Amino acid sequence: MSAVMTEKWVEVGRLSEIPRLGSRVVQTKDDEIAVFRAADDTVFALSNRCPHKQGPLSEGILHGHRVTCPLHNWVIELENGEAVAPDVGCTRNYPVRMEGEQILLGI
Amino acid sequence: MKERLVLIGNGMAGVRTLEELLKLEPNKYDITVFGSEPHPNYNRILLSPVLAGEKKFEEIVLNKREWYDKNSITLHAGSPVVEINRVKRKVITADGSEAEYDRLLLATGSSPFIIPVPGADLEGVISFRDIHDVEQMLAASKQYKNAVVIGGGLLGLEAANGLIKQGMEVSVVHLMDTLMERQLDAAAGAMLKRSLEENGMHFLMGAQTDAILGDKRVESVRFADGSIVKADLVVMAVGIRPNIELAKKAGLYCERGVVVNDTMQTYDPRIYALGECVQHRETCYGLVAPLFEQAKVCANHLAELGYGRYEGSVTSTKLKVTGIDLFSAGDFHGDDTTEEIVFQDLAGGTYKKLVIKDNRISGAVLYGNTVDGAWYFQLMREGTNISDMRESLLFGQSAHLGSSGHGGETQASAMSDAAQVCDCNGVCKGDIVKAITSEGLFTVDEVKSHTKAGASCGSCVGLVEQILANTLGGDYSAPEAKPLCACTEFTHDQVRSTIREYELMDKQAVFDKMDWRTPDGCHVCRPAINYYLISAWPGKAKDDAQSRFINERVHGNIQKDGTFSVIPRILGGRTTPHELRTIAEAAEKFNVGEVHFTGGQRINMLGVKKEDLPAMWEFLTDRGMVSGHAYGKALRTVKTCVGSTWCRFGTQDSTSLGMQLEEATWASWMPHKFKMAVSGCPRNCAEATIKDFGVVCVDSGYELHIGGNGGVKVRATDVLCRVNTEQEVMEYCTAFIQLYREEARYLERTAPWVERIGLSYIKKRVVEDAVGRKELRRRFVDSQDVAQHDPWTARAKGAEAHEFTPMKKLGE
Repeated sequence: MSAVMTEKWVEVGRLSEIPRLGSRVVQTKDDEIAVFRAADDTVFALSNRCPHKQGPLSEGILHGHRVTCPLHNWVIELENGEAVAPDVGCTRNYPVRMEGEQILLGI
Repeated sequence: MKERLVLIGNGMAGVRTLEELLKLEPNKYDITVFGSEPHPNYNRILLSPVLAGEKKFEEIVLNKREWYDKNSITLHAGSPVVEINRVKRKVITADGSEAEYDRLLLATGSSPFIIPVPGADLEGVISFRDIHDVEQMLAASKQYKNAVVIGGGLLGLEAANGLIKQGMEVSVVHLMDTLMERQLDAAAGAMLKRSLEENGMHFLMGAQTDAILGDKRVESVRFADGSIVKADLVVMAVGIRPNIELAKKAGLYCERGVVVNDTMQTYDPRIYALGECVQHRETCYGLVAPLFEQAKVCANHLAELGYGRYEGSVTSTKLKVTGIDLFSAGDFHGDDTTEEIVFQDLAGGTYKKLVIKDNRISGAVLYGNTVDGAWYFQLMREGTNISDMRESLLFGQSAHLGSSGHGGETQASAMSDAAQVCDCNGVCKGDIVKAITSEGLFTVDEVKSHTKAGASCGSCVGLVEQILANTLGGDYSAPEAKPLCACTEFTHDQVRSTIREYELMDKQAVFDKMDWRTPDGCHVCRPAINYYLISAWPGKAKDDAQSRFINERVHGNIQKDGTFSVIPRILGGRTTPHELRTIAEAAEKFNVGEVHFTGGQRINMLGVKKEDLPAMWEFLTDRGMVSGHAYGKALRTVKTCVGSTWCRFGTQDSTSLGMQLEEATWASWMPHKFKMAVSGCPRNCAEATIKDFGVVCVDSGYELHIGGNGGVKVRATDVLCRVNTEQEVMEYCTAFIQLYREEARYLERTAPWVERIGLSYIKKRVVEDAVGRKELRRRFVDSQDVAQHDPWTARAKGAEAHEFTPMKKLGE
């Protein structure tokens, strides 16, 4: 987990703004964050760059708690940004907190 | 309390079953394993390389002790079980310890057959079965000179090869006149013998061993004709026998092996058995591929899923001797009811024989060039009718499919370790061999996922299969009737027929009905299922955007930097100054990075930001241009020449016909992309003979072509038929497309599809059956009613807006 307590929680939108098994992008000053909504409505947030060749993970197909990168089919764990074996690599993940419908990211 | 599972036999079959079981149900059982050898599970297939000095024992261990610990499996290595008490449900070992079971798994394997001749028990007479035998051979090779291998089969030749590498003089004694007679016919056997002789191996053919002579240690071997050969080491490799003594003693029904049913159960339903010790439908197997198939089924039942069925295996064989390429499968001898197609080039060292029965391959022997072994094996297993390809069959898959991307290499064994196999991902032969041995890989899919070789364009998969086969020898696992993906046991065809039969309308219904292993599938099965649903039930099944690949979801092609490309439709490749002006203005207005002509006579604007797409589409659609579907598994383009309107050679109005075809078929979703072309005369300037559907105009009408491809594997079309009118062209074309839409597997282009099901079948459905053709056309037209709407216009007006805008921008 890359959560650091000094980071602040920012409201980025409501759950209903992301389709189930879909993703939306949040732009910050220094990163583009992909926010995912799994079939069970769990929300995850990763830096929108595949560890392989920086493909936009927000455009991938979601399944379970994983996303497949649209460029070369690497599969990334939404929980921690780790590539699924045998691929090796990791992308930054952001802590997510829900307040009712509201999605908050620790940025 | 957890149920207790006891495994007798710590070998490849048993442990593979545990691995499969742990994938399905990691916490169901307390597992205890008994093995008679004092080692963890190792890869018996790779004993030959250990003997040849190419590998160390540690490198062929498949499951280290840590694996057993990590999965809480109790391992008793070097502790043979001597009794099964079925009443008290416990097993008893040689040292008297006991373990109780709820389920028992027998995987006791087989033992080498020792010919009962005088002297068989002398020192220096051994078999070739486990690491202990290999150690003895290695020790003998350091002290002694002369070795005799009894048995000229697969195992015997591998042993002989290894001993030669260790510096011994080796004679192979074989009872028959042909080496490996269970895998080879006389011609291929003779070629093999000659190459092995060139490597320094000696042969005594048709020789019956009479006695092994010596005082304490073996000194020589005597044959029935009285001749004597000097020997310091004798390796018996005349065959194996299933180990059934333990099962027999416990009263389990045995014939040659422990008899099991299709769920791998013995006559005692608590006791499962698999591997070389079993007999299934009258057959005992000695290769690893069937064992792994059995392991999958057995694990399925141990996990109480209850739907796996083992229905027997068709096996193929390769020899693991460096520099020798040899492949055999099926019934390669043939009989009165079969015919043969043979290619023989003794000087060139190539021999190919296919045995054909009822226009289907029933057996194959290949020597020298085995690159097409996997293809023949696949045709054989799938029972493909080969009558349409008889003439080119022996020249292999590439006779029809010219392929790019592997430099024309066909012989994996001749390639150096540094030679690149996969040109897309830059993977060399050495990388693949290393991954196979160090990671314990057995299938092409495993090699793909570990090395990425063959994982992109796929043109090198044949080579990867060869390397796998050369490394693993007779035991490599050839492609099965493959499940759609790892989420299911079912194949593409089974999924599709279930959707039709049970009128399933959405993915969840498919997952529920077919017991999907994952809650919402994966990136492989979801797009396939979505296609099967919308093609089976146009207008009724809901198109699921989240199951579509990004390109189809946002109607543009994603590029490596995450931007998109925009290609408007230009019917038939004929444009106007107005359209060109529109494209030029759009390109400037939206700052596109590059404007590029495509191979299909269209104009591509690259480097468009996702956020800009709807506005750009609005600009284009306001001026009359629609989506070109260059991003989809759909009708792409119809390429045309100028035809009889301008060209002095033109026989028909090819441009107008191409535009009509495109007008009728755009926006239809297909199993894969679909390209067409219309050439105005046989000079064929529109290259119609490498398209999925091509028309070559002739003076008397139109020649229709199908199944061409110009990509990774070039394939010229087959001629479907000739017709007289444009109306007929439209009818035949749409009927052909609909047949492809209904019957090809998702992501299967027309070229491999036509080869798989045969041209005759397509002719029967599209040409000979006039009523059926009209029905196909009608179904196509119906589906177009639903599908043929421009997606750009809708999105320019605000549909799916969430796709194109960030949810939030922070810190601006």
